[in-house]
Amino acid sequence: MQGIVIIGAGEAGTRAAFAAREARFSGAITLVGAEPHSPYERPPLSKPLDGAVQMKPICGLPALEATGIDYHQGVSALRIEPDARSVVLSDGRTLAYDKLLLATGARPRRLACPGAGRALDFRTYADAAAIFSKAEAGGRVAIIGGGLIGMELAAVLRGKGVAVSIIEAAPKPLGRAVPARFAATLHARHMEEGVLFYLGQGVAEITPDAVLLADDACVPADIVVAAVGVVPDMALAEAAGLATGNGILTDAFLRTSDPHIFAAGDCAAVSQPDGGQVRFESWRNARSQAETAARNMAGANEAFAATPWFWSDQYDLCLQVAGLPLPGHQSIVRTLGDGELEFYLDGGRLVAAAGLGVGNGIARDIKLAEMLIAAGVAPDPAALMDPGVNLKTLLKSARAA
Amino acid sequence: MTWVPACKLDDIEQEGAIRFDHGGRTYALYRGPDDSVYCTAGLCTHEAIHLADGLVMDFEVECPKHSGAFDYRTGEALRLPACENLKIYPVEVIDGEIRVALS
Ligand SMILES: Cc1cc2nc3c(=O)[nH]c(=O)nc-3n(C[C@H](O)[C@H](O)[C@H](O)COP(=O)(O)OP(=O)(O)OC[C@H]3O[C@@H](n4cnc5c(N)ncnc54)[C@H](O)[C@@H]3O)c2cc1C
Ligand code: FES
Repeated sequence: MQGIVIIGAGEAGTRAAFAAREARFSGAITLVGAEPHSPYERPPLSKPLDGAVQMKPICGLPALEATGIDYHQGVSALRIEPDARSVVLSDGRTLAYDKLLLATGARPRRLACPGAGRALDFRTYADAAAIFSKAEAGGRVAIIGGGLIGMELAAVLRGKGVAVSIIEAAPKPLGRAVPARFAATLHARHMEEGVLFYLGQGVAEITPDAVLLADDACVPADIVVAAVGVVPDMALAEAAGLATGNGILTDAFLRTSDPHIFAAGDCAAVSQPDGGQVRFESWRNARSQAETAARNMAGANEAFAATPWFWSDQYDLCLQVAGLPLPGHQSIVRTLGDGELEFYLDGGRLVAAAGLGVGNGIARDIKLAEMLIAAGVAPDPAALMDPGVNLKTLLKSARAA
Repeated sequence: MTWVPACKLDDIEQEGAIRFDHGGRTYALYRGPDDSVYCTAGLCTHEAIHLADGLVMDFEVECPKHSGAFDYRTGEALRLPACENLKIYPVEVIDGEIRVALS
C-alpha cells in the first residue's frame, strides 16, 4: 500500500493530511509544499496585529510528526504520472501513491500593462513581509484591485498612516463577492478613512513612482500592489491530462477525471447538485473540502455539501456571508445597534444571509442563519426584519415542526 | 483564590454568554439551558477573539470568528481550528448574584 500523497501544504492540503488520520487512515501520508515554512494560515497576512505581519502556523512540525505525516517542506511537485501513479518532485525523488490530492491553491493574476513587473503580489507570507517592510508611515501605496484582499490591505495600511489609493476597473469596489449594500458601506468607510478611489479605470502603465491610468490620470505611488484576483493553480493537472475548466474539475465526491486523484480548496471546481461546477476562494471552503476529500481517499463515499461561508475584517468592521446571495433573491434587512443583517429568500426559503457590524457583533446571527439555511426553513419575512425576534427561537420552532 | 462579584443571573440570556472583565483580564460567563452558570477564559485559544460574542447552544459555545467550539462546562476544545482547551473558573450564584473564583 503506497498511501496518500498531497500536493500543496496550504489550508486545504494540511487539513486533509490531518483529516485522513482522523478518518483512521493508517497508511503513509505525504504532504508536499513548495513554500519554505511550516504550513501557515493566509487570512492573518492581511490582518496584521500591531502592524507586524503574522506568521500563524496551521500546525507546528511536532504535530505533523506526531500524526505521522511526512512533510516535504520547500519541495515542488513537478509532474504527475497518472499511469504509474507517481509524482516527481523537485528534489529528484519520485513518490508513488494510491490516492493523490491536488491542493495547489491559486496564484495571483498578473497584470499585462507595461511596468507590470513593478507591482507586488499579495498571496504568501513572503509577499506580505515584502509589502509591510516597505510600506512606511508617510509613504504612498497604490493598490490595483478593489476586491476583498485589496480592501483589507488598504485598511491595514491606513492604520499604519500610509497614504492609500485603490484603482478598480469596475464602477464600484467589492462588486464580485460582497452584497451591494455592504460593499457600499465598506466603500464609504474607506473614503472616511482617507483612501482615494479611482473607479472604472484601467491601468495603462506602472512607472517607478506612479500608476498611469487609461484616462491619463497619474496616481503617485512608492509601492504598487496588484490585487486583481487569483487564478487556480492547475498546471500539474493540465499536464497530467485531467479535466479542467475554471479550476480542476471534480465530481461531488471531489474526485477528478482520474479516480485516483482528488482536488480540494482554491484549485478545485466542484460539481453542484443543480449542474455546473463552482470554485470557491475561501478559508472555510478549503478546510471543509479537504475534510471530505480526505475521508473519501480513506475509503468513504461522501458527497461534498456545505453552505459556503466567508468573513472579511476591515478596520473595526467584520463582514460575514453565508450561502450565495444573488441579485434575484428577495432581500430582507434587519437593522441592529451597530450593524446590519441582510437575508436572502428564494421562493420563500432562506438561502443566504450576510451581515456587517462592529467587531463580531453579527457573527452569532449569521451562524444561526446558516443553520436555518441548512434546515431549509421558509421564515416569516416580518420576523427576519424584527431585531426583537431571536433567530434561535425561529430555529427551535423550525426544528420542533 | 478570591471570589469576585460579576453580575446578576438575569444579566445573561438563557443559553447565552456575556463578557466579564476583571483585573486587566477578560472572561466569559455562560448561562446554560438549565440556568446553570459557568465561567471560562474570555478569549478563544485559536486567536484572541471574545467568545461571549459567539453562539451558545446547549453547553457549547462556538467562536464567532472561525467556528472553533468549546464545552464551556469543562473548557474542552470540541472543534477545530480551536485545539487548546479553555481555562475554567468556579462560579456560584447566591440570590441571583453571580460570583467567580479568580486566582
Ligand atoms: C492575504 C489573504 C487574505 C485572506 N483572507 C481571507 C479571509 O479573511 N477569509 C476567507 O475566507 N478567506 C481568506 N483568504 C483566502 C484563503 O486564504 C484561501 O481560500 C485558502 O488559503 C485556500 O487554501 P488552499 O489550500 O486551497 O490554497 P493555498 O492556501 O493557496 O495553498 C496552496 C499551496 O500549494 C502550494 N503549491 C502549489 N503548487 C505546488 C506544487 N506543484 N508543488 C508543491 N506545492 C505547491 C502553494 O505554494 C501553496 O502553498 C485570504 C487569502 C489571502 C491571500
Ligand atoms: S479565533 Fe476562535 S476559532 Fe479562530
